Amino acid sequence: MSHVELSNIVKRFPGVTALKGISFDVRDGEFFVLLGPTGAGKTTTLRIIAGLTKQDEGTIRFDGESVDALTPAERDTAFVFQQYSLYPTMTVFDNLAFPLRAPSRRLPEDEIRKRVEVTAEKLRISHLLDRKTAHLSGGEMQRVSIGRAIVREPRIFLMDEPLSNLDAKLREALRVELQHLQKVEGSTTLFVTHDQIEALTMADRIAVLDLGRIRQIGTPEDIYDRPADTFVAQLVGTPRINLFPARRENNHLYIEGSELHLPAPTLDLPERFTLGIRPEDITPSPDGAFAGTLQITEPLGVETILHIRSGERTLQSLIPGMTDLRIGDTVRFDLVQDRLHCFDLDGKRIN
Amino acid sequence: MATFYETGPGYPVTESIRVDRVSPTARRIHAVRAFVVLVFAIITLIPVFVMGITAFKSRADVVSVPPKIIFKPTLEGFVFLFTERAVVSKVRLPEFQKKAEAGELSLFERIALNTGQEITGPSDYVDRLKNSLIIAGISTILSVGLGLFAAYAFSRFPIGGKDDLLFFILSTRMLPPVVVTIPLFLMYRQLGLHDSHLGMILLYTVFNLSLSVWLLKGFIDEIPIEYEEAALVDGYTRFQAFYKIVLPQAVTGIAATTVFCLIFAWNEYAFALMLTSDDARTAPPSIATMLGRGGIEWSAIAAGSLGFLIPVVIVTFALRNYLLRGVTFGAIRR
Ligand SMILES: Nc1ncnc2c1ncn2[C@@H]1O[C@H](COP(=O)(O)OP(=O)(O)OP(=O)(O)O)[C@@H](O)[C@H]1O
Ligand SMILES: [Mg+2]
Repeated sequence: MSHVELSNIVKRFPGVTALKGISFDVRDGEFFVLLGPTGAGKTTTLRIIAGLTKQDEGTIRFDGESVDALTPAERDTAFVFQQYSLYPTMTVFDNLAFPLRAPSRRLPEDEIRKRVEVTAEKLRISHLLDRKTAHLSGGEMQRVSIGRAIVREPRIFLMDEPLSNLDAKLREALRVELQHLQKVEGSTTLFVTHDQIEALTMADRIAVLDLGRIRQIGTPEDIYDRPADTFVAQLVGTPRINLFPARRENNHLYIEGSELHLPAPTLDLPERFTLGIRPEDITPSPDGAFAGTLQITEPLGVETILHIRSGERTLQSLIPGMTDLRIGDTVRFDLVQDRLHCFDLDGKRIN
Repeated sequence: MATFYETGPGYPVTESIRVDRVSPTARRIHAVRAFVVLVFAIITLIPVFVMGITAFKSRADVVSVPPKIIFKPTLEGFVFLFTERAVVSKVRLPEFQKKAEAGELSLFERIALNTGQEITGPSDYVDRLKNSLIIAGISTILSVGLGLFAAYAFSRFPIGGKDDLLFFILSTRMLPPVVVTIPLFLMYRQLGLHDSHLGMILLYTVFNLSLSVWLLKGFIDEIPIEYEEAALVDGYTRFQAFYKIVLPQAVTGIAATTVFCLIFAWNEYAFALMLTSDDARTAPPSIATMLGRGGIEWSAIAAGSLGFLIPVVIVTFALRNYLLRGVTFGAIRR
């Protein structure tokens, strides 16, 4: 296992610059998640680390040593691809054994058998070992793909949205298993996803990537509680954060297009800015300081989303459990004052 | 651990929604189609059939009018094809008959004797067939082998001027090959390649290469590159990945390409006629020259053509399982 460090990686494709100078490091034994929407450059980043694509600028170091001149085989990474890439002509056993049988490793066959069996046990695919991979179900294939990565001890695991092709239930189950495996083995993992829940639940640290630039690097708490800009704020959290144009006047904040105003926090705020309020920080209460009309309720069972109209603005509020409020009712609510987020007009967080 | 996915729906299926009853019209259309295919197959196969029976006819049966469908089969044609013979003089005839009765003559010698001839040695045709096997075999292996590497490179690597190169390769097939026989003839004479195996192998390899590069590139393009990349990451070199991953998945394409190349090299007539005379002469022109020598030996010609068909039929038959998918191009499941 290794410490992996990227500095100023730039990658240009004809027509697009996929990575515009990104730097981050994955520490030894860390579960690092690269989170970003489609086209952000996540796969490209992984491919560059694995050595499948060459960067145009920048350096990659494993344990302090540059690997830029090394072939994929020499870098000794394990890659779980976005699409299944099991060898269709081989059995599950042979697929799992494939990395161990590489001529550069020269493991004895009984050692290979032992390791494959242990891996299959961990992923609960022992009963599939003799099957051809072509007719496995999606979940089974993905397990085998992951198995092919963990069967050896690479310097880093590179996982490219390994769970995105699965249905919700299976994804959840496999997510927990993966997390458990990673913690038990203490393996260095770089996990790519566009799913913020996966990122928040699994990561030790997250890097948010957008259009080839890193927006923020931090722990899940950092990312959620102190988003660096409006992009990150909107990317994590469901329902989405409420963002409103706001202005400051005589120590009061006014939300444009509604009567909502509140005392300004002790921040160095410009005259105009963007105010962000997480839905769970809007708490209905009978004697709340603010009022609005209930437009829609979305009961989810464990929690309910309320759409509260105030002037021209609609606020989404997340409350635990179900509600007996009716559409059209007037709702009174409070805002959790010390959890407000303020961003300047360029979207940057104001601290 | 049984999950919902393994156990299926939790309620019994109680009603059938069969939609597989075939309508009468569909059945009639099917019958018409089958009939058309059958007629077509018969038309195509009649010449082959006639050739087949002619090969086993005696000299008299071959020329009889109307042609006989039922006749006494003989191997005369094959004896004429494979041997050189001389007429046995009246004086020596009894001697031969005695030998025949004593069972000292081989099957071929006995058949020759029936027509009043003795065998003096093997005919050229045996050598010609050998030449055909060597030239077609080696040139096919070369063009498929080289084509495979070229196609892989075209498919996987960023090559400068790739499209132009591919077009150039294809353009070698754009004019009828026979057009260049005269220049080739002159070149080959200068280079000492005239009537040599090497010359013919080179020629057929070059002609087949464009076909094999294009065909194989199509097949390799169909194999997702992720497989090789996975192998590269797993610790294999580029060549090992090619050998272990690409090759097994490309067998269909390789089989189809092999058959196409083999058929071309095996059947080629014009170049073989112009560029070979004896040492490297292949079977197709030599069958034709049999027409000339003292009366037309129809049964020998038919036997020669039949024997000539057999290797191609065997190879095609052996590879038929791959071919069926191969010639429907790109039918590889993703
Ligand atoms: N081989 C390539 N040639 C040209 N452009 C490419 C190539 N690979 C990626 N790109 C471009 O680079 C950008 C980043 O692609 P990348 O595959 O890294 O995105 P991603 O974050 O993995 O997206 P997704 O979540 O959809 O997988 C995209 O605009 C893509 O079109
Ligand atoms: Mg991707």
